[in-house]
Parts: sequence; structure tokens; C-alpha cells
Amino acid sequence: MGSLIKISGPVVVADDMRGAKMYDVVKVGEEKLIGEIIRLSRDTATIQVYEDTAGIKPGEPVENTGEPLSVELAPGLLQSIYDGIQRPLEILAEKSGSFIKRGIIASPLDKKKKWDFVPKVKKGEKVKRGDVIGTVQETSVIEHKIMAQADGKIEQIKKGKFTIVDPIVKINGKKYPMLQRWDVRRPRDYAQKFDPNIPLLTGQRIVDMFFPIAKGGSACIPGPFGSGKTVMQHQLAKWSDTQLVVYIGCGERGNEMTDVLTEFPKLEDPKTKKPLMERTVLIANTSNMPVAAREASIYTGITIAEYYRDMGYDVSLMADSTSRWAEAMREIGGRLEEMPGEEGYPAYLARRLAEFYERAGRVQCIGSEKKNGSITIIGAVSPPGGDISEPVSQNTLRVTKVFLALDASLAHRRHFPSIHWLTSYSLYTANLKNWYINNISAEWIDLRTKAMALLQKEAELQEVVQLVGPDALPEKEQLVLNAARMIREDFLQQSAFHDVDTYTSMQKQYLMLKIILRFDERSHDALELGVQLKKILELKVKDKIARMKEIKEEELSKMKALLKEVDSEFDALKSSAR
Amino acid sequence: MGLMEMIKEYQTVTDVAGPLLFVDGVGNVGYDEMVDITLPSGERKRGKVLETSKGVAVIQIFGTTAGLDAKKTRVRFLGETMRLAVSDEMLGRVFDGLGEPRDNGPKIISKEKVDIMGSSINPYSRDGPQDFIQTGISTIDGLNTLVRGQKLPIFSGSGLPHNDIAVQIARQSKVVKKEESFAVVFAAVGITNEEALFFMRDFERTGALERAVLFLNLADDPSVERLITPRLALTTAEYLAYEKNMHILVIITDMTNYCEALREISSAREEVPGRRGYPGYMYTDLASIYERAGRIKGRTGTITQLSILTMPGDDLTHPIPDLTGYITEGQIVLSRDIHRKGIYPPIDPLPCLSRLMNLGIGKGRTREDHRGLADQLYAAYAGGRDLRALSAVVGEEALSDSDKRYLKFADEFEDRYIAQRMDEDRSIEQTFDLGWELLSSIPEAELKRVKQEYIDKYGRKFRKN
Repeated sequence: MGSLIKISGPVVVADDMRGAKMYDVVKVGEEKLIGEIIRLSRDTATIQVYEDTAGIKPGEPVENTGEPLSVELAPGLLQSIYDGIQRPLEILAEKSGSFIKRGIIASPLDKKKKWDFVPKVKKGEKVKRGDVIGTVQETSVIEHKIMAQADGKIEQIKKGKFTIVDPIVKINGKKYPMLQRWDVRRPRDYAQKFDPNIPLLTGQRIVDMFFPIAKGGSACIPGPFGSGKTVMQHQLAKWSDTQLVVYIGCGERGNEMTDVLTEFPKLEDPKTKKPLMERTVLIANTSNMPVAAREASIYTGITIAEYYRDMGYDVSLMADSTSRWAEAMREIGGRLEEMPGEEGYPAYLARRLAEFYERAGRVQCIGSEKKNGSITIIGAVSPPGGDISEPVSQNTLRVTKVFLALDASLAHRRHFPSIHWLTSYSLYTANLKNWYINNISAEWIDLRTKAMALLQKEAELQEVVQLVGPDALPEKEQLVLNAARMIREDFLQQSAFHDVDTYTSMQKQYLMLKIILRFDERSHDALELGVQLKKILELKVKDKIARMKEIKEEELSKMKALLKEVDSEFDALKSSAR
Repeated sequence: MGLMEMIKEYQTVTDVAGPLLFVDGVGNVGYDEMVDITLPSGERKRGKVLETSKGVAVIQIFGTTAGLDAKKTRVRFLGETMRLAVSDEMLGRVFDGLGEPRDNGPKIISKEKVDIMGSSINPYSRDGPQDFIQTGISTIDGLNTLVRGQKLPIFSGSGLPHNDIAVQIARQSKVVKKEESFAVVFAAVGITNEEALFFMRDFERTGALERAVLFLNLADDPSVERLITPRLALTTAEYLAYEKNMHILVIITDMTNYCEALREISSAREEVPGRRGYPGYMYTDLASIYERAGRIKGRTGTITQLSILTMPGDDLTHPIPDLTGYITEGQIVLSRDIHRKGIYPPIDPLPCLSRLMNLGIGKGRTREDHRGLADQLYAAYAGGRDLRALSAVVGEEALSDSDKRYLKFADEFEDRYIAQRMDEDRSIEQTFDLGWELLSSIPEAELKRVKQEYIDKYGRKFRKN
């Protein structure tokens, strides 16, 4: 038992801590606040405390649990909402009311609830660690797979209703319950990593069409405040085609978490028609909750994601925002009086960020069954003043493959999602090319390249327009401006709050872009045949194109009709020009 | 342990540096504990423990350190963190920056003494804000709607009329069709005496003072107190909202002074500075203020926060507005350009945002066309502003007829929609009608942001054809 010798905010120092290891969890003071050892010097340990330290005095006891910071993994994780160190917020609210009091402990998972365990292996079979030995229907959409925690022969396996702590299997003489614990700072192991060559379909047009994210890949969304980072994160969480979602609200607004909490249960998953919450785990460590727990929240979230990945599921992990995580590191580093790196951030910032994003990936899980699972990480970054030359953005860009650049000026004119089409990039396009060709259309790459070229050309022309005005441009170039504008307004702009527009299937995305580009193609032809520019720009079908976003997924035949209408209107123009 | 044993008095000051006091040979002192300091002259001051270790405590003093010495100064540790006695008798009263009466009235006596640092609201226990607050200002109601439980700051610059806007909002704010008890908690943080008088006069004139609690830390008051003042206001607000079921509007002005005080303490402690010398924990610290707003499940009262800050050099990317914007649910931004044109309130809608707007608007709350109408007005005004820059270069004659329409729209929008009188309380319907009327100058086919049915239903009557 050690005792406190110094307290300064969330960092405290304790003496007489013989035998303590780095990252051991300790209980600080009379109130037994949870903390973690982050520095050792002989018998003196520096501890970051996950709760407020006001009123704590030197001389109070410090008890070492001897265990690293771990999460509990078993059925019951889904639909839960946890703080940064996996304390269930719902139970905390029952125990201490609307405000979080100090020193309350609550088990992350319900240890009394009985689950219906269905064994998948028989007595006498040989299993490897990671093999599925049985299943539990965790929610109506997710079957929780119970994995062997050791290699060996099944000596006994039960069937029926059990709590997560009841032993259900005996392997090589040792009994195991469903529950397992895992140290959050240590990545869960896997057999091998694959190349990311399947896209994560998000239903967000600018992402799927122009800057695709691969399953098992990583993406970052940097942007100044008010540019729509959180809405984008919510959209990706809601619509991505993964089986599970882990959403980490790291140092963000309380009301935003409330929004997630009230909206996700109401939101119907497009595929299963069940509430999205049934396949979601939420971690909420808002900005006013203790800063050390914010630092831990990212690790807690990713470890839970890895656990479901190991069952063979595709998991998407949203971290909003990694800048707050980095700031938590900076704050704690500052209290430790560490020599700061750039902008006061600790020198290990780059390493920590890289370690985190490397926990993404599409993998072959451990075990003899060769299951495949994936984790896709989408991290929001909040650069001060929106300037991405700062350390968190720069270090993130170095390890993530998709960069969705949010732009304040787009947001100000209410162009949402305000992802800038010229500065953003995806390094997965080459990897994903075959998938798109095989599953959507061989034309895909062509359409995408043409559309990007038009947008690029528009940017160049805009510089001229700024000097001479649009009417001074040759008519051909005015058509380019028109097409680019259609791409921006009728394709890229997508309202998260419109019931139909919020999600667009690949098929519809493809048709939308095809219609716009057909319009562009035909308008150039018409111009060459001598049709007046004004007449082209006044075509009725243009208004219909502007409203094609509102066409429901069930009525895609209307899209095809629209494509025909483009042709017929141009044909009519052509004949009148003759 | 008896009360006497709890209280520990020392005469062992070793160092005084800026607002910090180092006391040696102490034992059993808690972090964040309150301290009473008696100067050799007999004058008394208060302070707070910033760091405690075996033997040495670092204390931050509220007030100047003039007259302090190392020999005779006595330091008494009070054994508890800073608390505020709260009661509903605080309504109509004026206090100083440390919560002492400033209006010659009696001290607040109450059994309820609350820790001013507050605890964080469990995100699970929060309830989603949803009641639309009508401020009577079109740019806010129509485009950046405020809802109960929201924290929305006003980003201003020196010399802009943010105080006028704040009192206008305080005066006109109401939830339509609801009669509920409403009060204002006002925290002046380092503002001038003149500004404080302006607020008090306006509260008195409109009778709002009876329903208000004022905490005043003025420009010549000790800067360290500024770290306490907003917390006193929020503690009072939490009591009135969550215990007394009132709807509270908290106005804090000026948060820039708060951040300056934070930087002052940080540099006195020789901490590693973050951007522009502000401490690395400024985000967390600001969050511990701004996040004390919202609604809680099962409780009637709410806290809505309106904080004002002046952006140094009108720079939106300065750390103070920048970090604030990342915590608050949007921002109202005042513009010097619009102010120069003589427009009041000089709110520039483009960088403004209300993140909770969607929760308070739409069918059954304001009107079904609200979202689309707001987006359309935004798009048209942004387009017009772009064209202004263009026409400055190429001349208005070189623009197409369509472009000229947008240019004219932007002018009219500023003159009629943004501009209003200081005592003009526009109902939300008036704001909607005005929006549709302005949009009538734009061809229907270009109104892509609004559903066709809403154009037919609400916009038709203003359109000439």
C-alpha cells in the first residue's frame, strides 16, 4: 500500500509503491478513485487519475490492483453506453443521479443476466484459441460468438442459460466462463492482414464515388468547427455496411452524445429493419468529464471493436475527435513536466496516433476456422482554426489512407457534406477498382475520372471568371461551368436530414452521375450543331435532374426514365436547330 | 474530527510570485481546498490550493498580492473546496465576483452549499434540447435557431454592439405558447464599470432585474477572481434550474477576459504553454464552463448559455474563439463590415451556426418549411456575396440578369432581413414571411433547397407570377 505525496490536477504522485508496474491500475485515496501508473521512479509512481481529484490530500492511501487497464468482453456490450474506462453510464445514473459522483464503481457488464448459450463444439473436439465454441443471441441482429480462450481439448461443454461468469466450458482441465478480459493498450492478435480491396459502402455520394474507404482501412476527417464533422461521423455510423458500429465520443459535446443516444435507437437499419442501436456500442467521454479517462476512451473503444472483429464481423469505429484525445495526452504530458514536442504536444504523439490507426485492418482472425473480420477506423480531427498544418492533422495524414477535407467556406454556403472535392483524396481507388468494375459497372472508373476532370477544369475557369466575368468565357467553357455546377449541386450536395437523400445506393449513385454526364455530353454535341447556349441551359430536364436526389430507392426505374428524357429533350433541340 | 482540528493555520509563506503563494511545512492539505489569508495589515483575502505535496502547498490568491510578506502573513486552510450558499432569495440581487453581496443587501444564508466546480452531467441523463426559443431577431430565429438547453456564444470584436444584442435577447426571449418561470443569471467577467451599468440599467428599466441574479467582476477587480465568477453564476443557475424548476438564461461576458486570467495563472506557475501562451488544458477548462448547460431527464428546469467573447483582432481562428467553437453548439458571429454599413444587429449569417437548430424546428415546433427556407436564404445570400466581389472587379454591367438578381437579393437581405430595430421583436411567422418575400425575386426553378410543396404552400402568395 502506497501513499500520496503530491496532487496537482489529474496527475498525482505516490510513494512506497514497491512492485508496481507501468500501466497498473491503482485505487487512489480514501474514495478509491481509479487511476493508472504512467511513470515509475524507484518506489515512486506517477498516476493519472480518471476522476476529479479535488480535496484529495497527501498521505491518503494508494492501492495497487496489479492489473493493467482492461475491458470486460462478453455478451451485453451492445446497446451499452460507457465512459472512457468502460463504466456503464446508465448504471452510474441509477447509482448516483444525473451528475457523475466520484469513486463510484459499476461492473461494465451485467453479471446476473442469463444468456442462452448454444454450444457449437462437442466434448472431445480439439479447438484453438479464437475458435467459436458456442453462440449467444446478443440482440435480435447480432449473434455473439463465444471464442475459446485457450488451445486444447474440450473436456466439458454446457448448454442452456448462464451468466457471463458461470463456467461453460472446460479446456485442458481449466474452466472458462463466457467473460474474458483484455488489456486495452495491447492490440488483440490476429493471424494475418489482407489488402483492403472491398469498399465500405456508406451511401454518401462523395465518399463512395470519389473518395472510397476500404473495409479495414482508415480515414480521417479534419475540419474547423461548424464544418460538419460530427454530422458526417453520424452519417457514416448510420449507413456504413458493417455489422457493428463502435462510436467513441472523445472529449466532445454532451448534447451531441444525447443526440446519438436518442437517435440511434429510433433509427432503423436499412438492411435488418431493426434499431441501429442493436449493433452499436457507445463510448461517451464528453469534454467536461475527466481528461485521463478521455485518453483511455480511444483504447477502450478499439479493444471492443477488435473483440467483435475476432468473431468474424466487419466493424466500423468512429472516433470523434482524435484531436481531443491528443489534447488529453498533451495535458497529462504537461502535468508530468515532459519536454514538449511541437505545439506543446508530447513527442510520442506521432507514435500513439500511428499505433491507433494500425489497429484497423481486414484480417484473418486467430483460430483454426480462418474467419475474416475487419475494423475500419474513421477519425475526426479538429485542427485549431481549421489549419491542417498542425501536428495532430499532419501525423494523422501520414497514417490514414483517405483524407476527407472539410472546408469552412463550403459549410458557410451550406454546401453539405462540406468535403472539398479538390483537396480530399483516397489512396484506395486503385485497390478497389476491380470491385467497382465487377459489382457496379465497367463504366465506373470512366465516369469518376470525367467528373473529377470537370471539377478540376471548373476551378481553373473560376480564376478567369473572377477577372472577366462568366459571360466573357467561350460558350463551350460555359457549358463546363454548367456541368461542374450540376455535379456539385445535384450530386455532391447531400442532405443528412432529408429522408431520401440521406442515403444513396451504389446503383442510384451510378445513375445520377451518368445522367449528369450524359447531359454534359449531349450539350456539347448540341452546341456544335449550332443550338443556342441559352436554350441548352433552359432545358426542362435540368430541373428534374436537380430533384433526382429525392427519387426513392424503390423507384430507380424513374432514374432510367430520366436518362431517356435527357436524350429525348436533346434530340428535340437538335431537330429544331436543323 | 472536530471542526477546530480541521482548520490548519500556518505562518510559513516562503515565496510570492504573481498571484501565487508558496507555503511551507503544511500537512494534510487537500487539492483545490479553500484558503483564508490574513495580511500583516489585518486585511483578509481568499485563495485556493493549486498543488499540494508533503510539506509544500501552492496557493492561488484572489486579489492582489500587495502587502503580502513572508513573515507575518497567516494562511488558514479551510478543509473544503469552494462552495456557494444558494437559495431562491438570490433573485434580484447583485454580487461581486466572489459571491459577496454588492448591493448592500444581506448575505445569503442557506443550508444548501454547493461546490462551485460542479460535477459533470452524465451523458446518459441528458435530455435532448427541443424547445424553440424565439429571440425576435430574424437572423437567429430564422437561420440559427436557439433552443432551450443550448450553449450559443456571440463572437464579437471590440467596438461592436454585442451588449445591445445580449440585452435584446435577454429581454425578448420566450418559448411561444408556454408560460413558465424564467430567470436570467448574469456574470460580468472583467468588463468595465460602464458596461456593467449598461446591463443593470437595462435590466432595471425592463423590470428584468427582479428575475435576475448578477455576479460582477469588473475590469479593476482582481483578475484571478475571473476564474471563479462564471462558475458562481453556473452553480446558481444549476440550483435554480434543477432544484427550483426554472428556465435559466445564463449570460457570461466577456469570456476573453476569463481566458486571459487563465493564461496569467498558467504563466505564473511556469507551465508549458500551448498556442499563443494559453495553457494546454484551456479546452478542458472551457468545457467545464460551457458544458454546464442543457436539460436533464426528469427535471423541468433548463440552462441555456449565451456567452459573449471579443475575438482579439477579429480573428476567428484565435485560440479563444476557436476552442469555444469546438465546445459550444454553434456560434453567432458579428461582422465589422456589416456594422460599418450601419446595420444593426451586425450578424454575419455565413459563419454563424446553430447545431441544435434541427431539434427545435420543423413541423409541430416552428413550421415545416423552416429548414429548407433557411438553407435557401443562405445559399442565395452566399451567392450574392460572391457576386459582389466579382462585380467589384468586372463591374455590375458585365453580370448576367440572373447574377444581378442575386446581387440585389444580397442587398435587400441585409437591409430588411438582417437589419432590425433594437426594440423590434419579430415573431417567427414574420421572419418566415420576410424570407419568402425576399426569395420571390428569384426564379422558382432555382429554389432547389426547398421542397416544391412548401414553395406552393408558403411562398406562392409572395410571388408575382
